[in-house]
Amino acid sequence: MTGESAESIASGAGAGDAGDPELQAAGDSGVEAAGDSGLQAADGTELAAPPTNGRPDSRADAFLGLTREECREHLRLMILARRFEEKAAEAYQMGKIGGFCHLYIGQEAVAAGTIPPLRADDYVITAYRDHAQALVRGISPGSVMAELFGRVDGCSKGLGGSMHMFDRSLNFLGGHGIVGSHLPLAIGVGYAIRYRDGDQVCLCCFGDSVVNIGAFHESLNMAARWKLPVVFVLENNSYGMGTDIHRVTAVEELKDRGGAYDGLVSLDVDGMDVLAVRQAMEDAIARARSDKTPSFIEARCYRYMGHSMADPSHGTYRTREEVERWRSDDAILQFRRKLIDAGRLSEEEYETLDREAIAEAEAAVEFADRSPVPDPDAAYRYVYSDEYRHDIRRRDAWRGEFG
Amino acid sequence: MAVLSYREALNAALREEMARDESVFVIGEEVGEYDGAYKVTKGLLDEYGEWRVRDAPIAELGFAGLGVGAAMVGLRPVVEFMTWNFALLAIDEVVNAAAKLYQMSGGQYNVPIVFRGPGGAALQLAAQHSQSFESWYGNVPGLKVVAPATAHDAKGLLKSSIRDNDPVVFIESELMYNTVKDEVPDGEYLIPIGSAEVKRAGTDVTVVAHSKMVHQSLAAATKLADEGIDVEVVDLRTIRPLDVPTVVESVRKTNRAVVVEEGWPAFGVGAQIVDDIQREAFDWLDAPIARVSGLDVPMPYAKNLEKLVFPNAGHVAAAIRHVCTSGRA
Repeated sequence: MTGESAESIASGAGAGDAGDPELQAAGDSGVEAAGDSGLQAADGTELAAPPTNGRPDSRADAFLGLTREECREHLRLMILARRFEEKAAEAYQMGKIGGFCHLYIGQEAVAAGTIPPLRADDYVITAYRDHAQALVRGISPGSVMAELFGRVDGCSKGLGGSMHMFDRSLNFLGGHGIVGSHLPLAIGVGYAIRYRDGDQVCLCCFGDSVVNIGAFHESLNMAARWKLPVVFVLENNSYGMGTDIHRVTAVEELKDRGGAYDGLVSLDVDGMDVLAVRQAMEDAIARARSDKTPSFIEARCYRYMGHSMADPSHGTYRTREEVERWRSDDAILQFRRKLIDAGRLSEEEYETLDREAIAEAEAAVEFADRSPVPDPDAAYRYVYSDEYRHDIRRRDAWRGEFG
Repeated sequence: MAVLSYREALNAALREEMARDESVFVIGEEVGEYDGAYKVTKGLLDEYGEWRVRDAPIAELGFAGLGVGAAMVGLRPVVEFMTWNFALLAIDEVVNAAAKLYQMSGGQYNVPIVFRGPGGAALQLAAQHSQSFESWYGNVPGLKVVAPATAHDAKGLLKSSIRDNDPVVFIESELMYNTVKDEVPDGEYLIPIGSAEVKRAGTDVTVVAHSKMVHQSLAAATKLADEGIDVEVVDLRTIRPLDVPTVVESVRKTNRAVVVEEGWPAFGVGAQIVDDIQREAFDWLDAPIARVSGLDVPMPYAKNLEKLVFPNAGHVAAAIRHVCTSGRA
């Protein structure tokens, strides 16, 4: 029975090829040892061993010094994100979610590897593919789902939608919809941290197409020059919408784009390996806290679904075989196998985690269904934070005379 | 009372607000060591150090966005654009980030930031350096837009803008920095955003203007007084939120109106004012409203052509005469 469950995890929402035995076989054999992801600087030199953050030397341990419970928590977060988005895809197809809906399925190891090592007073800012980041940071599944449904119990009260999840209490600075536009915001957060002599860190996630936009270079330049404690995480899923990144990018290794900036550490990591991602992130956090050094991490990963719910899962720009090849290296299956092999997880525990994630996602849909839609006045309530909002209400009042 | 230039008044506002609130910082090109391209930030680096007066690279998008991010987590940035023409490179951060975040986050992240710098034409700066963007930013819900005409208003409004909890676009003028000088009270005062002011009272016709055009309108009013036309000049001071009641009250009194702006005519500030007047004072109007604006062309370099394109007191006076001699007696 575990095989079935694992296959459906790897296939993602509605992909329809869950029963492919080759896929499963490849998935089982495709596991790599942790720590082989090549923690190198852009010039190819090995980076110095980082501080161990009070743990036993994490590099001596394939599990980075994480406890059994902490390992299972990482796995739980990935499964939750996957099962949540499968439910979201269903809800989208039922017309309960509107607009753009960009699924993260396949990339879960990046969110689960980068966010848990942060402190509660650190900051997270990301792009529009933001459901998993929101969940991993701790926004409740019900609140994220209600936001997708455009309901008042959404984390942005239904005014943001799929691309704009926010939670100030968790220092979750949002999902941002314009490619590259939130990198300057991230360095502003870094600037504020230094301005106040704080030791927090700002994590900034974005997709591979950002390396070709001006905001990327403007931000990395200022972060490096002024030593702003920002960890830039590029989630390289190979495609900017339907364009292969290498068709439009005049550099072979994306991490080299960060190598242009003195004072910024640039490296790449296997983004399908949650522990490798976590290790790179722990090191980057340590550098940012100790001497404010910013980092640029290229995490190589893959999205199984289309760019958004409007696209087919593979489309004309990539082959079905390519998608299946990446699925066989699935981050959840990989980590599950590693934990089972090490005796850190039983099949039964995995099944329980999966069942609970599905139940949580279903409960999130029920919660979102029950949540009310915003009252009409909410359209005006958050345009300005002061009394001027009443003034614009007055200025628009004439429309009602004809309505 | 001291007489200050427009530039000195802005500098005083920045200095006072930085002294009052440690979360206020300035970032922009040449704002520090160079004392500001137009010396508005003169002396601030020495007084407050580099973290509060930050010389930025020529990267408008990047440092404007830096300001937005810092504002999200509680600082009060004043982002200087060397001119608003260069801010076109940063308009994504102004319109898509600063103006949207409070609403997109369901009221969680307000953005207390000021974007400031000179707008409009100066002296033969040609097409790319002579533009007025009040109507562009005035079109955007989530922004406030301020464009003062006097040193007194510049100081009081900049202080209010820095204390405002929402993003403010603050448009100054290269031509006014040094040439406009007026009395500024000693010490603390604020002028609320969104309040127009009658700069000259009159009974025959209302002229609505802002920024440089207030001075052109006042000059026209002086000239027409000799011809027996008593002109009231309303200085908007703020483009968004517009102080419609002050404009409407004036027009209901004079029954005639001329609306003046430096920028292009199509979809301009004047177009909005005319709509507000016809909605709220239609029955009081004795003549069609006239508009005076820059001509509908990119600003040419040649001196004679620039003079042709730029609206002046003569154009305003001609429009007033027309409005006062047409319509109902």
